[in-house]
Amino acid sequence: MMTGAEIVIRCLQEEKVEYVFGYPGGSVLHIYDELFKQDQVKHILVRHEQAAVHAADGLARSSHRVGVALVTSGPGATNAVTGIATAYMDSIPLVIITGQVPSFYIGQDAFQECDTVGITRPCVKHNFLVKDVRELAMTIKKAFYIASTGRPGPVVVDIPKDITAAKCKFEYPQSVSMRSYNPVVKGHLGQIKKAVQLLLGAKRPMIYTGGGVILANAAEQLTTLTRRLGFPITNTLMGLGAYPATDRQFLGMPGMHGTVEANMAMQHCDVLLAIGARFDDRVIGNTENFASLPRKIIHVDIDPSSISKRVRVDVPIVGSVADVLDEMQKLLDAEPGQPQIADWWKDIEGWRAKQCMKYTMKDVIMPQYVIEKLYEVTGGQAIVTSDVGQHQMWAAQYYKFDEPRRWLNSGGLGTMGVGLPYAMGAALANPDRQIACITGEGSIQMCIQELSTAKQFRLPIKIINLNNRYLGMVRQWQEMFYSSRYSGSYMDSLPDFVKLAEAYGHVGIRVERPEDVEGALRKAFVEHKDDLVFLDIYTDREANVFPMVAAGMGLSDMILAEDL
Amino acid sequence: MRHIISVLLENEAGALSRVAGLFSARGYNIETLTVAPTEDCSLSRLTIVTRGSNEIVEQITKQLNKLIDVVKVVDLSEAAHIERELMLIKVRASGKDREEIKRMADIFRGRIIDVTESNYVIELTGSGSKLDAFIQAIDVDLILETVRTGVSGIGRGDRILKV
Repeated sequence: MMTGAEIVIRCLQEEKVEYVFGYPGGSVLHIYDELFKQDQVKHILVRHEQAAVHAADGLARSSHRVGVALVTSGPGATNAVTGIATAYMDSIPLVIITGQVPSFYIGQDAFQECDTVGITRPCVKHNFLVKDVRELAMTIKKAFYIASTGRPGPVVVDIPKDITAAKCKFEYPQSVSMRSYNPVVKGHLGQIKKAVQLLLGAKRPMIYTGGGVILANAAEQLTTLTRRLGFPITNTLMGLGAYPATDRQFLGMPGMHGTVEANMAMQHCDVLLAIGARFDDRVIGNTENFASLPRKIIHVDIDPSSISKRVRVDVPIVGSVADVLDEMQKLLDAEPGQPQIADWWKDIEGWRAKQCMKYTMKDVIMPQYVIEKLYEVTGGQAIVTSDVGQHQMWAAQYYKFDEPRRWLNSGGLGTMGVGLPYAMGAALANPDRQIACITGEGSIQMCIQELSTAKQFRLPIKIINLNNRYLGMVRQWQEMFYSSRYSGSYMDSLPDFVKLAEAYGHVGIRVERPEDVEGALRKAFVEHKDDLVFLDIYTDREANVFPMVAAGMGLSDMILAEDL
Repeated sequence: MRHIISVLLENEAGALSRVAGLFSARGYNIETLTVAPTEDCSLSRLTIVTRGSNEIVEQITKQLNKLIDVVKVVDLSEAAHIERELMLIKVRASGKDREEIKRMADIFRGRIIDVTESNYVIELTGSGSKLDAFIQAIDVDLILETVRTGVSGIGRGDRILKV
């Protein structure tokens, strides 16, 4: 016989969970007591529950494992909601265990009671309220299964305190079968054949891939297929690293801040192969103006509801991206021909010649320059996390990701504050890698308390704070669309970040001149290799992110830096 | 276009709110919704009447299928089907109205299932439009209370929704 709390920990051990990110409280005290008695599952004490979920999410994104967070009832659970919604939007596999008041108190407005299952329902893949200790092990097994299969996502398991004290016999189920949940893996072979024929006959083909390729661990297959076909390719913000960014066939990122060549190729192609991408509004703009020339769209996705949601497609293929790419490759291996698309590449090189990402150096530090130097100093090998805003776009544009799971950011929900906790999760899951958190002075303050967690667990994160003393992306929109009325976008009374970092026991360095950027980065990554270093970099206050497609416009309506 | 969507759902706490929540979160419209356990008490059967373009209804069925508690989904209105709704309506029935309402109930094949000196409760089943027609046919001032179950539907012939 085991208590529910012991069962929780045993289940985590059975799932080979190495780290649990959490914060204790009344309803989870039994579970914390069991955590204390063993050392297989390590507990990372965060300073705010939001960061617990973000850190678990960062671990999952950087390692293809299920991230696990443990929080208490009431405020513990509500604080976790932002993290859960963030993971949900980007389809990240997480299991979040929330404490709940004892089951006989539920519904009585007990101390630290909230309807966790109700509050999280719209932002989880699934959730459970455990009402019987005998169902606990199976529920946790199901949670891991649901989180990590099909289109992944966060699963919440809400456990009342009395269930963690109740006892029953423990047996961890070896497998799960659910009549209502059977994710499709294999794509329809007839559809795949049709897709390959379309690709081989294409005159102006384009490959557009998203986070689904990363989640499916299918970057290698994608790269092989793309090289075999010789087609141009673009990766979305969530898909960066699925194809080597330094390769000639890579056109950069598409979308609102995408390159001219990627956006124009999306608009002018005759066959578009979309893989694990969802035609998001930030990626394709206005659907009416999207790729309006006669074209065929092939869409591979594991989630049928992603297909024909915003854009009608001609060849839908529901299935695991990895499996479908394998099948496509097999068919292509049997076909000797290579599509002749030299004219199309000529068009693309014409768009590329616009050099839409060039920027002018000034006597103040240009944020783009910092990212380029970071790329050089880290040899393009770092895991880079970002927050949300201008710095996120510059990081995505200027750090060339050649491999998957090196770029972690909140693409769907756009959650400021994820950067530092993502870096914590990534640092724990990848102890041998350099970890850079590119952030801004607005975002970093949303989870700044985690500097304390990073100290406690000695996480050698390098924080690159692109400090322009503005909420830069908001300011950019206000400059462009609100006649420069900077309502609420000026960050007054900023802290001295160097002193703040030092107060938490870290190294802080301020950088104010372009010529000091590289030296400071080297100091951080070489001299202070094992420390957390906070680089507070004063950048050009009014630098803007270009190219830009204004919200609601078509991808062809790009504003370039030189247009202004 | 009006669609009738039938859903087999795990009969578990909270399952219904997942369905209802999906409709409100994604801005889909629900005209009626009925739900009750089936002969297998681990399963509930839902009938949802909604309106939307074909694209929207396609998304509704896909999104419903994505819910972990949903076992099966079918758009009944895609093929031959039968739909019924039950209404209980309490009407004032005194003086000359008493005879008139009895006659009207007979014409609509309703049954009077409760009688007092001053009112009747009439039970009426049929398609939603038949129930609408009955309401139209009697003097609105006589209606004291109406209760409608919403539409239940089933496919004709060999169209069967079962696990």
